[in-house]
Amino acid sequence: MSTLEIKDLHVSVETEQGAKQILRGVNLVIKQGETHAIMGPNGSGKSTLAYAIAGHPKYKVTSGSILLDGEEMTTLSVDARARAGLFLAMQYPVEIPGVTVTNFLRTAKTAIDGSAPPLRGWIKDVKTSMTALRMDSTFAERNVNEGFSGGEKKRNEILQLELLKPKIAVLDETDSGLDVDALKIVSEGVNRAKANTDVGVLLITHYNRILRYITPDFVHVFVAGQVVESGGPELAVQLENDGYDVYVAASAAAASAIASAEASDAAAASAPAVNA
Amino acid sequence: MTSAAPARTTAPESTVPGAGVDGSTTGQATPASPQTVGGHRGEPMGSRSHTDGAWQEKPVQTRSERFTSVKVGDFDQPSGHELEWKLTPIKLVADLISGELDGTPVEPSADDVDGYTLSWVDRTDLRVGSAGLPEEKASANAWSAFEKALAIDVTSETPTAFIVKRDGLGSGARAAHTVITAEPNSRGLVILENAGDARLTENVEIVVREGAHVTVVSVQEWNDSAVHLSSHFAQVGRDASLRHIVVSLGGSVVRLNPSIHLSGQGSNTDAYGLYFADAGQHLEQRVYIDHEAENSRSRVKYKGALQGEGAHTVWVGDVLIRQTANGTDSYEENRNLVLSEGTRADSIPNLEIETGNILGAGHASSTGRFDDEQLFYLQSRGISEEEARRLVVRGFLAEIIQQIGSAAVEDRLHRAVEAELMIAGAASAAAGTDAAVSE
Repeated sequence: MSTLEIKDLHVSVETEQGAKQILRGVNLVIKQGETHAIMGPNGSGKSTLAYAIAGHPKYKVTSGSILLDGEEMTTLSVDARARAGLFLAMQYPVEIPGVTVTNFLRTAKTAIDGSAPPLRGWIKDVKTSMTALRMDSTFAERNVNEGFSGGEKKRNEILQLELLKPKIAVLDETDSGLDVDALKIVSEGVNRAKANTDVGVLLITHYNRILRYITPDFVHVFVAGQVVESGGPELAVQLENDGYDVYVAASAAAASAIASAEASDAAAASAPAVNA
Repeated sequence: MTSAAPARTTAPESTVPGAGVDGSTTGQATPASPQTVGGHRGEPMGSRSHTDGAWQEKPVQTRSERFTSVKVGDFDQPSGHELEWKLTPIKLVADLISGELDGTPVEPSADDVDGYTLSWVDRTDLRVGSAGLPEEKASANAWSAFEKALAIDVTSETPTAFIVKRDGLGSGARAAHTVITAEPNSRGLVILENAGDARLTENVEIVVREGAHVTVVSVQEWNDSAVHLSSHFAQVGRDASLRHIVVSLGGSVVRLNPSIHLSGQGSNTDAYGLYFADAGQHLEQRVYIDHEAENSRSRVKYKGALQGEGAHTVWVGDVLIRQTANGTDSYEENRNLVLSEGTRADSIPNLEIETGNILGAGHASSTGRFDDEQLFYLQSRGISEEEARRLVVRGFLAEIIQQIGSAAVEDRLHRAVEAELMIAGAASAAAGTDAAVSE
């Protein structure tokens, strides 16, 4: 049973005006088998949290910890975090010209497992997952994400989730831009991965829509770089009806933090510290 | 433009060398507007000084009017400031430009393949001089010195591959001449493989007669000290198609300049290039596509990687669309991937368009480092940074290798590129990074 523990995480991003604070003390515990939904308005730092967990070089952890089974992730390289069991399904997966999906998947699987997967079983696994995700077999010979539609890119992300079998997966707005059919297919893929590998899921989303297909155990409201409220699935319904205004309004500190976060100058450093 | 001082003429080329220095900036010679159509509008031809010839005493207005001669004595000794030579380390190739050359034939190795004949012919043979004439001194020097020309004829309508290997031409300066002739409606793939030592200046003529579809590949995997100057001249006939591929990996100075003349109606060329320059290596290619006939089509795509102190690549892409070439469809592009500090990539597209009645004419050029987002994506799947870099470079160059059409040669070149990348890995490990090379 693996656990991802995020403790008082502060993250800033380099801008032309200097470092800008985005995350201001995030605390979260995600256990394997659990599904957590993080919901929040645009600009609240949800995607920053996803990138910070994966280790994108643009995002600097200024204080706090990301622990996977007690092991500190923030000091590890991006690839070492993935090998430790973290996975990020990206909102905008990039194209890798000249690298086929087949080659990419096998290279990644070999890197994660530490040895090449047995060929026959691997080919079968890839086929099974692709069929389940309604991906045409010609996909395998196409270059990674090159010429893929938005929906195809997201399915390719979930294909990797199924095949690489991480302990904890972060899904960054996987639902954005998907029509309802694609949303169902992608959600089924996530649910299969949950059932098959007991993966812990951190689902980052703006809307309630995907939560109709992937049932969260916990819902966290994310405003101004912090979790401001946590609850069960009913919280998502409440958010859908009432929006985020109540949270934004209720927290003057958060509001001022948003203002400073949105300010184009680098006044972030002088913003009042928010006491959680 | 009577006695205009060269320095006063517009010379966009002169702005470029700075752009690629240390490899940190985009070596874009011209704003990369992907579609530059109808550049002739507004002013009549010749009313402005042209980029070509800006370094010469009497500027040549168009690429088509460059001086040509097969006699080495007809060309002045280059100083290194000439348009043709200013990006080339001419001190390293001075003997090939104007020195004595050994013009004796060196027998290549080639297996007999149905549909191809290989023979040595005299310079009086009609095939010699049928595709083009030298535009610079090193090319003319070779033409003046060769004793016999190697003639390769493509005669079959059934496509097969013919590999002609030269390995070890020695360290003495020598000249060579090759004429490839594709008979009407023939199909073929001719691969010229070069390895070992060489100090060589040569001309390669390619005549693609009507309806023929051929691929000519020139692979340079010379030894580190080799020097090779080569001019390719191609004539593509009516409804004929030439796929021309240049792969330069090994050698100290390799300069291969293909001039492809689309002289028949409906003629087509796809000109591809791949180069990988290591520390101290100079790899240059000046591509000239001459749209002479109506409804001709050209695509030029050269991709290069650079790594190591002093790695220098040059790509010049001249495209001329003549007044006679209505319905031309043309596009050229050059992409450079910079893998380390201390490299320089010159990338210079030039378009001359003399008729507005064309389907399209465009160019693109980019020189840049790794896309960090690509590396992040691959690394986020557990792939180490070093392997991710290898995947990206291999993928970047694979597009060109895939065009060759011979599985065996493609496999070998994929491996050759891998080997270049291993050198990069070893170099960065030696430089104190913790990248371990284990394969």
